[in-house]
Amino acid sequence: MPALPKKIVRKTSQRGSDDPPLVKWLFTISGLAFVAVFLVLPLVNLFALALVMGFAFYLDCFLDPDTQSAIWLTLIAAGISVPLIMSFGLVASWAIAKFNFRGKALLVTLIDLPFAISPVVVGLMFVVLFGRQGFLGGWLDQHDVRIIFAVPGIVLATVFITFPFVARELIPVMQAIGSEQEQAALTLGANGWQTFWRVTLPSVKWALLYGVILCNARAMGEFGAVSVVSGHITGQTDTMPLRVEKLHQGASASSITAAFAVASLLTLLALLTLVVKSFLEWKTEREQALAQRAIVPLTAQPFGKREQPPSA
Amino acid sequence: MAKRFNALPGFGVTMGFTLFYLSAIILVPVAGLVVKASSLSWTEFWRLATTQRALAAYQLTFGASLLAAMVNAVFGSILAWVLVRYRFPGRRFVDALVDVPFALPTAVAGLTLANLFAQNGWLGRFLVPLGIRGAYSALGVVIALTFVGLPFVVRTLQPVVEQLEREVEEAAATLGASRLRTFASIILPTLFPTIITGFALSFARAIGEYGSVIFISSNIPGRGEIAPMVIITMLEQYDYMGAMALALVLLVISFILLAVINLLERWASRYQT
Repeated sequence: MPALPKKIVRKTSQRGSDDPPLVKWLFTISGLAFVAVFLVLPLVNLFALALVMGFAFYLDCFLDPDTQSAIWLTLIAAGISVPLIMSFGLVASWAIAKFNFRGKALLVTLIDLPFAISPVVVGLMFVVLFGRQGFLGGWLDQHDVRIIFAVPGIVLATVFITFPFVARELIPVMQAIGSEQEQAALTLGANGWQTFWRVTLPSVKWALLYGVILCNARAMGEFGAVSVVSGHITGQTDTMPLRVEKLHQGASASSITAAFAVASLLTLLALLTLVVKSFLEWKTEREQALAQRAIVPLTAQPFGKREQPPSA
Repeated sequence: MAKRFNALPGFGVTMGFTLFYLSAIILVPVAGLVVKASSLSWTEFWRLATTQRALAAYQLTFGASLLAAMVNAVFGSILAWVLVRYRFPGRRFVDALVDVPFALPTAVAGLTLANLFAQNGWLGRFLVPLGIRGAYSALGVVIALTFVGLPFVVRTLQPVVEQLEREVEEAAATLGASRLRTFASIILPTLFPTIITGFALSFARAIGEYGSVIFISSNIPGRGEIAPMVIITMLEQYDYMGAMALALVLLVISFILLAVINLLERWASRYQT
């Protein structure tokens, strides 16, 4: 009998599903190098350039009235859009997750549509509807209502872009939970509103928060769509990302540093979003683990092996 | 409409509200663009959508998006594998970092990437003397689109790698397969549909991207312009019909990609238990 081929016997790794150490190192290093160049370095570079003229200059950048008006406009636009998206998300996910109806897949695809369309095309759509040459342009002009090159246009574009954010997070969570708890609440005499506020909302609160912070980050950072509808009127219709672009075009050293300063504020917002997001993921993971641990000893383990309560 | 008996209230109200909202915000604007663009005759549309400038823009948009999506497919797959299978200090931190392109405004990303690869930037000062111009060039467009699309591959692939059963790989090893053989005949075929889905998502995102690219591209007409950039320039020159024709081309491509991605997702889910 021939001996077993050497390569079976030779121990190259601890488990059969482990990669050889060389592959492990190569993958880890190339993966981390990619992250370092594309994700870490740009962030560090941004803060370095924002602070290149000193911290005093950095703070001065935010005293510029046009920059301040851009910050305000961003806060206003997000302050209007995010609650709209949140209410839509809650209502749509109730209809989609709790009921069965024909065309559900189509509806979900349509809600996802804004993910697929270029932001610039989105901006153009609102110009076509409300712009001077557009369908409603003449009527709006007569009644002196401004949508394009004004705040309503910016809000509309932002709402379009962020449309799926909350619904997309809520639908799978609501579907996974099912509707037994709501049915029970109704049987016990709660009305629809009470059921929603006391049963449904608490069970999806983390997913809702998750969707809302992602929606907010996208709303405050949106560039392409807002760029088309805003008209770039300094001090009036510039949002923070548009202000970054304008300062960058200023081309003087101080103007470019100011662009990086405003950008650093948006970056801080993005980093804060990621911290909250990681925290929420950690929290839901832990809650799921706790829920499983609570169930397992009662159902799966024989009585003898159950953990004894600590003796007093 | 509800098929089974359902005691929950509010289907009519919530469904009506959802459809109203969806129509007002999404469907009416989309329809508006299509209706307005259809006032063009077919030959007129074709002429506007295939000017020299537009063709050059399609070429850059698709070429750069394709390259960026391929880079992401390779490095995103490696990253997803590393994050799921290996344990190293800072793993959770790196995992959280992968979402940076989702959370960071694209204009900010473009601004800092352009600076990084510019002649006096941290990377540019080493790369430009070697002839690698990562800013104000077509390569810059690829870099920006790679940044934007990275999370799509990693986040699509991660749950699938997590679900891979290590026992199957161990069985293959027990039966005498080398790790390379296991990779080629078991791991890769299982992951492949999902990698393609991530690739398609990353590609679709790149096609429409605007904010990051305008900072890092040369934006020279006929050479450094992406399609959304041409639309913006035409709008600024009050060439509504030209902008509309290009927008319609991009819109149709988005719809096609959306359909392809839906099919891919269905294909990929067949490979998961």
